Amino acid sequence: MKSVMVFTWAGRAASFAVAACVIWIWQMVANSGAISPLFLPGPDKAWASLQRGFASGVLLRQTFGTLQHMFFGWLVASVLAIVLGSMIGMYPTARRAVTPLLEFLRPLPASAVIPLAIAFMGLSNGMATFVIAFGTLWPMLLSTIHGFSSVEPRLYEVARALNIGRLETIRKIVLPSALPDILAGMRISVTSALILSVVCEMIAGLDGLGHYIMVSARLYRSPDLFAGVMLLGAIGYLSSLVVTMAENRLLRWRHRGH
Amino acid sequence: MTATGRLNWLGMILPLALVLGLELWLRTAGIVTDILAPPSQVIVALIGGLLNGTILAATLKTLTGAFGGLLIGGSLGMLLGIVFAVVPVIDRAMEVTVEALRPIPSVALLPVALMVFGFGYGMEFAIVGKSCFFLMLILTRSAVRGVEPRLREVARALRLSRAATTWKIILPASLPRLFVAFRLAASLSLVISITIEIAVNPQGLGYAIMTAQQALRPDLMLAYFVWIGLVGLCLNAGLLLAQRTLFGRAALTEEAR
Repeated sequence: MKSVMVFTWAGRAASFAVAACVIWIWQMVANSGAISPLFLPGPDKAWASLQRGFASGVLLRQTFGTLQHMFFGWLVASVLAIVLGSMIGMYPTARRAVTPLLEFLRPLPASAVIPLAIAFMGLSNGMATFVIAFGTLWPMLLSTIHGFSSVEPRLYEVARALNIGRLETIRKIVLPSALPDILAGMRISVTSALILSVVCEMIAGLDGLGHYIMVSARLYRSPDLFAGVMLLGAIGYLSSLVVTMAENRLLRWRHRGH
Repeated sequence: MTATGRLNWLGMILPLALVLGLELWLRTAGIVTDILAPPSQVIVALIGGLLNGTILAATLKTLTGAFGGLLIGGSLGMLLGIVFAVVPVIDRAMEVTVEALRPIPSVALLPVALMVFGFGYGMEFAIVGKSCFFLMLILTRSAVRGVEPRLREVARALRLSRAATTWKIILPASLPRLFVAFRLAASLSLVISITIEIAVNPQGLGYAIMTAQQALRPDLMLAYFVWIGLVGLCLNAGLLLAQRTLFGRAALTEEAR
């Protein structure tokens, strides 16, 4: 058991060493000038740009803008998915009525709705919220419907035997049983929320990192561009980490042995 | 979904009501708008675009961009995924690097690709390739790891070399799950390539729908919207059909995760 632990730690250390090596090679390539610094700034320059950007507050504002777009679009989609999904999931007739429409909308590339949203709402934050909500709604809605429609039938019988009212049944039995599916849908959607925020910011010039990196590229300020890309990577990593942690916490009761 | 096999009439009501309602509303209210077009005009625009070949040419460009990126990124990702699964030491060593690069949203690399490749297929291959690479890498790794351990024992008993084990035992055993991974990567590649075209790249379906919007041609814009939906639907349905005919139930079990 102890040797396994040592192996894990050694593996983790080796893995960080490899990552450091990759950054070092990046630095060497950038220093050698084999690739023009116009396209590939060294990690030192990107890091310096990151610090400068945060010191002047520019990057902080852009990061906040992107997070805001992501969060509001995702929130709207989550609320809609839970409300609509519970109604559709609990009634087979409703399920039959909406399934074909959902099957058409699900594989539709979400960004295709951007021109429509621009036509309706112009280049505004509302447009971004709509696009992100539209793009993240379908996976959440489908998994919520699945969660609500696959409640163990015996639990309903238990509820009836215990004479629990309808609302109480939903709150105490249906919702907890559908929760894992709802949360899984919400987790998957975070990634597409980030992608769509970046795209909307690029197209509409809204405050956010997507716009920031696009402008940096147009002005050939590649250290700023790489700093923005690194930040977006960090947002991608942290947002899915936070949602996974929240998911594990909310579902903790499942692992405590039924 | 509906195991009954007969047509789901109930499900047809909602889309039909939407289309008819839009048509009636726009016709009777006499609204003049640059944003919406009655569905009848959308159908006319769609048929017109299909007949004069513009829609098909744009579709071809989008699919070329998508599948080119899928081919390059997907095959590299699959190869590396197999290596990672077969040689765990490499997997451990690369963990931090992969986990640091993977969460970078693919579209964040758009400006970089724009600077390096300029407009055209190059940037599309690069961005689509990045997305497909990581998706295939992760899914292939778990597919190969999920191979029944007893099969590995058989390989050891037969004293097969590592290469022979991979080629003769592991790959055939993980083929159904590899196809599922390929199917997911293929639908992702279409989504990403259209996104790239809508954002910056002036070619293909994404660019066409943006131009139609800017030219205040709502009929053409909605026609492209419907067409993009149909292309996505057909791609998914075709891949699902291929999966069912090729692998039957073997791939289905993996899907219900």
